[in-house]
Amino acid sequence: MNTVSTSRYLDSLLQGQPPASPLSWLNALRANAVDRVGALSVPTTRDEDWRFTDISPLTKLSFQPALGAAQPAPGTAQLNAADIERWSIAEASARLVFVDGMYAPEHSFNRAGITVENLASGVSTHAAAVQAQLGRHAAFEHNAFAALNTAFLHDGALVIVPRDAALKAPVHLLYVATRKQAASYPRCLVIAETGSAATVVEDFVALQEASYFTNAVTEMSLAGNAAVHHVRVQRDGAEAFHIANCAVSLASASRYHSVSVALGARISRHNLNVLLAAEGAECSIDGLALIGGQQLADTHTLIDHATPQCVSRQLHKCIVDDAARAVFNGNIMVRAGAQRTDSSQSSRNLLLSAKARVDTKPQLEIFADDVKCAHGATVGQLDVDEVFYLKSRGLSDTAARNLLTYAFGAEVIERIPVASLRQRLEQLVLAQTQAPALGAVHPS
Amino acid sequence: MIYQDSKTLLTVRKLHATVNGIEILKGMDLTIKSGEVHAIMGPNGSGKSTFSKVLAGHPSYEVSGGEVEFEGRNLLDLKPEERARAGVFLGFQYPIEIPGVANSQFLRLAYNTVQTERGKDELDPLEFDDFVREKMKLLEMNPDFLDRSVNEGFSGGEKKRNEILQMALLEPRLAILDETDSGLDIDALRIVAGGVNQLANKDNAIVLVTHYQRLLNYIVPDYVHVMESGRIVKTGGKELALELEARGYDWVGAEVKANARVNA
Ligand SMILES: Nc1ncnc2c1ncn2[C@@H]1O[C@H](COP(=O)(O)OP(=O)(O)OP(=O)(O)O)[C@@H](O)[C@H]1O
Ligand SMILES: [Mg+2]
Repeated sequence: MNTVSTSRYLDSLLQGQPPASPLSWLNALRANAVDRVGALSVPTTRDEDWRFTDISPLTKLSFQPALGAAQPAPGTAQLNAADIERWSIAEASARLVFVDGMYAPEHSFNRAGITVENLASGVSTHAAAVQAQLGRHAAFEHNAFAALNTAFLHDGALVIVPRDAALKAPVHLLYVATRKQAASYPRCLVIAETGSAATVVEDFVALQEASYFTNAVTEMSLAGNAAVHHVRVQRDGAEAFHIANCAVSLASASRYHSVSVALGARISRHNLNVLLAAEGAECSIDGLALIGGQQLADTHTLIDHATPQCVSRQLHKCIVDDAARAVFNGNIMVRAGAQRTDSSQSSRNLLLSAKARVDTKPQLEIFADDVKCAHGATVGQLDVDEVFYLKSRGLSDTAARNLLTYAFGAEVIERIPVASLRQRLEQLVLAQTQAPALGAVHPS
Repeated sequence: MIYQDSKTLLTVRKLHATVNGIEILKGMDLTIKSGEVHAIMGPNGSGKSTFSKVLAGHPSYEVSGGEVEFEGRNLLDLKPEERARAGVFLGFQYPIEIPGVANSQFLRLAYNTVQTERGKDELDPLEFDDFVREKMKLLEMNPDFLDRSVNEGFSGGEKKRNEILQMALLEPRLAILDETDSGLDIDALRIVAGGVNQLANKDNAIVLVTHYQRLLNYIVPDYVHVMESGRIVKTGGKELALELEARGYDWVGAEVKANARVNA
């Protein structure tokens, strides 16, 4: 595919942008992004960063921005309260629902006692804080999809955790896809002030199985001593394209814990950039991709140790069945002067079929000398002795394999700090792996 | 114990088995009747664990000759899970750790699978919890082990207790306990042996693979076999274990060679 046609494709996606904002800085940000979209093209497998992920199926389809459509197009699934209940998180003290990227106040609530509101209103209610952070973390200079999202920036989720506030209950951000052929641009900004603590769940779900395009950007800023648990669940429809850019910046002694689970979408790409910007910051970045059929799930992470004495931990797992393909690229950057960096990364992959494939690449760039960086990657099938152990206790071959597959994924799911969500995902993984553990047992 | 009206549970005839093309079992013969306790001893590498795993159906071992009959069926025709459901139990020398699978979940799954096979009712999680806790008391096991992943991070002795717990739940007809005593402290040995003794009855049989006489003070064998180079080379009563403890294995080998010369 040549550059001209792919850049034209991006231009086609630029149609139907939201009207200008009364805020000049926001308009300037968007204009800048529009310029970048014009200059960039859809990445191809010739780009190092997209070597294993062929996004060209996306460019063969056309998508309309959801916000332009006055009437729901035919084939739009009707969203009702029961659907929302299906995805609700019992523990949540606040919820924002976005339908095809658009804020749905009728399904949202906030009992958290902190700012959890849509960005469109947040830009005026918290003008200074938003202006200082929005678009500052997710760079779009060289990232066509982040630029595209920013070109459409007019609404989204805003969470501000005030100084020293410790929020026990999670904030639930629910993104529901209802329209086929729709392009949506979810945007999320989380500001955790000094000494605050919160859990934010970003949850991408679908009411329909036709193709659509989700292009999300999330930015998080953690001030000194702040702690944020970030859970990201991508359970998009089977024909969906899901591209997400998430950028997190950590001030001194702040802690960021992220668990990302990718189950859905035909092609998904998750970029997670974590900047350890000041001493004593810590992060743990865990991920699970559980895919089959023709799915492709790509995770690119960058953990940037920019300052001394920061800690990072990463566990990324992929379970790949059928002809699916998983990609993991884990970049750990230790900058000059970032002494006493303590970092470990583990990529573990389970291939369940002969056609399944995983490309995993740890990428360590170390420019300091007093550092501890451990990393390892494994790709394999289920362990013969583990399968035999279970079978020697009466479990059928299928039951044994499914249980082990489930267990492999459960190690990541268990790290989700929201009990009801954890249980629901465990059920989902169980169903996907057909593990017999919680249902009836049918010896074969 | 040897009973008059016992039935033959297991007959092993001229069993040969290979792993990676290397022959490890070279003509095993063994007959086990209901009610009996057999001890298998023998030097490291003589093939005791291989024999145990072949009986349980481990896929890495290939049977290259001979036959095994279990309660009138050809055991070698059965898949590992079918053997387990038919009542063959292997207590592993090195129990496998399975991170991510809760012990309680695993135990219940195994129990219900075998129960279903025997035409009995399954237990739901609550019923099973009561049931398994009773069994754990027998082995003086802390119920906390139910919530942990299967064998993960268990000490050597804790793993062995967990094996016997599984035996207690599955109530096998033939239990092969491969070095269940190794790794157990003195108190644990007494407790675990007590548990095994409670499970032994006139309808089942137990094979103890062990290096030490000490276990056999608690679980008294009817027969003691010595394995060497993939075969049973000597069989005696419980006194044989004492003699081995005192004199080692060298004399057994010498005796075998001498007999071979005499017979030649
Ligand atoms: N997978 C394998 N590959 C190669 N050799 C094997 C394999 N498994 C067993 N063996 C060999 O078979 C022989 C018998 O091993 P086995 O474990 O059965 O001995 P054992 O009598 O149980 O010894 P121990 O008393 O040390 O437990 C040993 O020489 C061992 O190295
Ligand atoms: Mg052994």
